Amino acid sequence: MAYSDKVIDHYSNPRNVGTLDKSKKNVGTGLVGAPECGDVMRLQIEVDEATNTITDAKFKTFGCGSAIASSSLATEWLKGKTVDEALAIDNMEIVEELALPPVKIHCSVLAEDAIKSAINDYRVKNGLAVLEEVKSHH
Amino acid sequence: MLKLPIYLDNNATTPLDPRVLEAMMPYLTEVFGNAASRNHPFGWAAEEGVDYAREQIAALINCDPKEIIFTSGATESDNLGIKGVFEMYSQKGNHIITTTTEHKAVLDTCKHIEKLGGRVTYLPVNSEGLISLAELEAAMTPETILVTIMYGNNETGTIQPIREIAAIAHRHGALFMTDGTQAVGKIPVDVIADGIDLMAFTAHKMYGPKGVGALYVRRKNPRVKVTAQMDGGGHERGMRSGTLNVPGIVGLGKACELARLEMAADTERLSKMRDRLEKELLTLEESYVNGSREHRLPHVANISFKYVEGEGLMMGVKDLAVSSGSACTSASLEPSYVLKALGLSDDLAHSSLRFGLSRFTTDEQIDYAIGHVKEAVTKLREMSPLWEMFKEGIDLDKIEWAEH
Repeated sequence: MAYSDKVIDHYSNPRNVGTLDKSKKNVGTGLVGAPECGDVMRLQIEVDEATNTITDAKFKTFGCGSAIASSSLATEWLKGKTVDEALAIDNMEIVEELALPPVKIHCSVLAEDAIKSAINDYRVKNGLAVLEEVKSHH
Repeated sequence: MLKLPIYLDNNATTPLDPRVLEAMMPYLTEVFGNAASRNHPFGWAAEEGVDYAREQIAALINCDPKEIIFTSGATESDNLGIKGVFEMYSQKGNHIITTTTEHKAVLDTCKHIEKLGGRVTYLPVNSEGLISLAELEAAMTPETILVTIMYGNNETGTIQPIREIAAIAHRHGALFMTDGTQAVGKIPVDVIADGIDLMAFTAHKMYGPKGVGALYVRRKNPRVKVTAQMDGGGHERGMRSGTLNVPGIVGLGKACELARLEMAADTERLSKMRDRLEKELLTLEESYVNGSREHRLPHVANISFKYVEGEGLMMGVKDLAVSSGSACTSASLEPSYVLKALGLSDDLAHSSLRFGLSRFTTDEQIDYAIGHVKEAVTKLREMSPLWEMFKEGIDLDKIEWAEH
């Protein structure tokens, strides 16, 4: 399969690989996917509670190049966004940016799920209600 | 300078040995006759080339030159052997025994046989990829006409106990066929000593050209016959019609001759290289050899790297031409059925790499491959949440993963 230059770039030089301290109240963690499906993404956000802004984002992904690139790109986009802006990220924006072929669209879906899951985790930790799944993907 | 990418997918196909090409060249140019033309020197010259090739092939597998039926390759040979026996021996019975780890050329042919009303038993294999002789014995019935079990596996290199299998088949009055595609030319294969009645093999896995192979069909003790699967001029003793691919056949002959002369030296060199590659890669934590390490082809290594995803791994080892245990052409991954049959979990099957070395593989290439794979696996693990969890002592099987 031919990968786009952007996928190759994110795969070769992934941005924001790492781990945030999940015990902190202002860190939200999303873990999505399953090993037997070949994709597991963990995406974390650190939120400045005063401004509701994402100050840091980290990921670790077990998956193909497109999955790694999707999560790497997501962390880039998350930094500096407010939580509400982050919620608005749509998987098709990732598909477009990385020029993912149809068989790899599920990687972008997983990245979007990871973002929402991380935000929900943050919300629960801070006594806020869990947001309904915006989309049901699986 | 090392030329990249490095070709280590020699179980898929091997490069043509220049000496084979040299032998073929005259038959691609001036000696163009039809080997079936009996009336003029053009035909005689072509036939001479074919006859010489038969002798070269016969010398490699210890058979009579007349017992070689030329085909287009191992897939056709597998089809001709299985379907041909099924038709020819239909009076005697309709039961065939094979294994779950055969090549698709055998498995899909057996599926076809089932559609025609035949009965097929697919023997399971153990964690090393070996069948149980007791299970084979138990599966034999008076209706069993054929046992077809591959010599060496294409994915793991595991070599089945061929002689014992043949003895069991014969004791119950069945024929024994083997798909020798990966074994012939790589390890000693002796159809007399091994008790093989039919054997499929091909040129392009042993430095010969693509598009030519053979089916060995025993003529004595017992005399085996297969029903032709193509109608036509009655070539190859009526078992395979079609004008002979003279240059290809000459190439197969030369490849067999070289294999016979150089097998011992190649085996020693390749198994050393393979063992070094394997030893080095096993220094990576949580890496496992798939298949039998004791009963194995000398040039094959199949290794799984846990907590690394297969397709990501393939992308990481872009400087190597290797195969992975995962066929990811769609959103749903399909792990190798051979590795699954060995009892591997889906994720371990996905994260496997198959290395197939050749006569042309160098130590320098292996050095590079070792470093390249280590680097890719290490980098991907640093990126893998599963690896982090494993390192923290979390049991991944206890996690409730989202339904996919």
